[in-house]
Amino acid sequence: MNTIAAPRRSPLSRVAARPWIWSFLGAFAVWIATIAFTGGQGAGQILSVALTFSAFFVIVGIGQMFVITTGPGNVDLSIPANIALSGALAMILMDGSDAMILPGILAAVGCGVLIGAFNYLLIRTLQIPPIIATLSASFIIQSIAIAYGRGLKIKPPPLLSGLVQSHVLGVPLLALVVLALAVVLGFVLHRTLYGRAVTAVGQNPRAAELAGISVGRTRFATYVLSAALAGFCGALLAAFSGGASLNMGEEYLLASIAVVVIGGSSVSGGDSNVPGIWGASLFLYLLVTMLNTFGVGAGVRLIATGVIIIAVITLAGGKTAGRR
Amino acid sequence: MSPRTLRALLPALSLAALLIAIAIVQPRAMSYFGLNLMLNLALPIAFATMAQLCVITVNDLDLSIGSFVSFCACVGATWLAESPAFGVLVLLGCILVYAAVGALIHLRNLPSIVVTLGMSFVWLGCSVLLLPTPGGTAPDWLVSIVKLKTPVVPFAILASAVLALAVHGALMGSAYGAVLRGSGGNPQAIARAGWSQLTAKVALYALAGLFGVLAGLTLVGMTTSADANIALRYTLLSIAGVILGGGEFVGGRVSPIGAVLGALTLALAGSLLSFLRISPDWQIGAQGAILIVVLALRALVNRAEARAA
Repeated sequence: MNTIAAPRRSPLSRVAARPWIWSFLGAFAVWIATIAFTGGQGAGQILSVALTFSAFFVIVGIGQMFVITTGPGNVDLSIPANIALSGALAMILMDGSDAMILPGILAAVGCGVLIGAFNYLLIRTLQIPPIIATLSASFIIQSIAIAYGRGLKIKPPPLLSGLVQSHVLGVPLLALVVLALAVVLGFVLHRTLYGRAVTAVGQNPRAAELAGISVGRTRFATYVLSAALAGFCGALLAAFSGGASLNMGEEYLLASIAVVVIGGSSVSGGDSNVPGIWGASLFLYLLVTMLNTFGVGAGVRLIATGVIIIAVITLAGGKTAGRR
Repeated sequence: MSPRTLRALLPALSLAALLIAIAIVQPRAMSYFGLNLMLNLALPIAFATMAQLCVITVNDLDLSIGSFVSFCACVGATWLAESPAFGVLVLLGCILVYAAVGALIHLRNLPSIVVTLGMSFVWLGCSVLLLPTPGGTAPDWLVSIVKLKTPVVPFAILASAVLALAVHGALMGSAYGAVLRGSGGNPQAIARAGWSQLTAKVALYALAGLFGVLAGLTLVGMTTSADANIALRYTLLSIAGVILGGGEFVGGRVSPIGAVLGALTLALAGSLLSFLRISPDWQIGAQGAILIVVLALRALVNRAEARAA
């Protein structure tokens, strides 16, 4: 939309008008600050690790972004419980055998699909806000994950854990896979009927309904998509960290929402972009790396993370308010 | 019975059903001592739920209340015990921070979820700095207040009742209470009537901070020591309590009495499970299930109401 409206602007100003550019600038600044502190040592290494860890943020972040795009009040709080359950399920099914990798991943995604369908069922039949629906669902999912996955000590199949940690020309394979996923989902958001419907529903559900879009079906598909991505992330995360653990999804609740906001998508829905999710994920991870490199303790690191998130939303939020 | 009264009675009925189930499974639990033991940790949850209710009244959501209560508990177990004056000052400062967060959210029109998620990191970081490892000691006066042996009815029940009635009186019965709820229900109307939306939001956030402080202090009075993660689960519990008690997310529709009943219901759910010899693994799941069942009942009542209309 922006590109059509501004045909005469120079390429530079067109890029600067993109809301996601700031997240990449932030990530770059933090990276520079880190390597300035180390005197240039391990610059590539830091970037490579950041790409790997950000990839996990990106997977769930894109799902959360689709949910948030469908309008105010829509958010998926069941992501951490979903990751814990899907990860455990994948590890149990794979049982360390290379032959079972694909069925295991499919089962984790399937588990996510079921969770997403359950979330939407609650929203629809009980007529309750999505926050409460996904919260109640996450209580139950978490209990299942605890009961089912307690003391789970199954190692991921060697082929899979090798793959998620491998590099192609120095770039983590995982990051490349997730980059491809992001491109596909970006295409889905901006160029397909479903993606257009998601944006339309987020901007004005009533107008969307009158235009012939099924609001219910669009939201259903979106909650399923978000949960399926979280399930996929659960399987990969379990493979990456040498087995599933019950709290491995914990930090993904804040992260998934934060990357959407920092990435320049509108929190009130109807205006989202995929590149920003990557920029924001890199920014969040590099920020933690920078604070670690500076040698601050866990307490200061937590405070700094919180303050920066609030600062970013304060700046970005004002911008959105002014534009609308 | 009209759907309206039925909906208002729903929280009380859920709690009664739970108490009857406990009485059947374990009759001995229904004594002064048994209730005292079961409701031991209900009071801090009730305070945290009340804090959440204040924020939900203005259509916001506080995802930092759990880590805030933890921080207050840490302050209670350290500074408040060592140098009371400084401890009180810090806790008052915390309330000011809450008020400031409310002002920031209103002035910049920010999504409360993101800001309070950020704040949850800040509070957790402060707790970790203050108490890197679990420990500290609660001041004696605090312990003796919380463990007060009141005649006939256990202290936790009395205090919860006072809390429920006090907030009910202030929010539902007073003129300014109506303005506060109205600022969640119809902000434009309240603004046109000449009331400041900013003041309303800051007042409710400050109140939430106050209840958070009280939750932390009662909690540390019970446990006598604290750690940074002591109350993290209160965030979700408090939201569940408000909703269970009949609160709704939009429109300033909340019920302080219902919220306290909801908090007690959630706190007692764990006891019933342990009496039934069900693994504690399922405790959160049971809380989720109760939430869903009550919401389903409410949906039924609403549907009946719509049909009647």
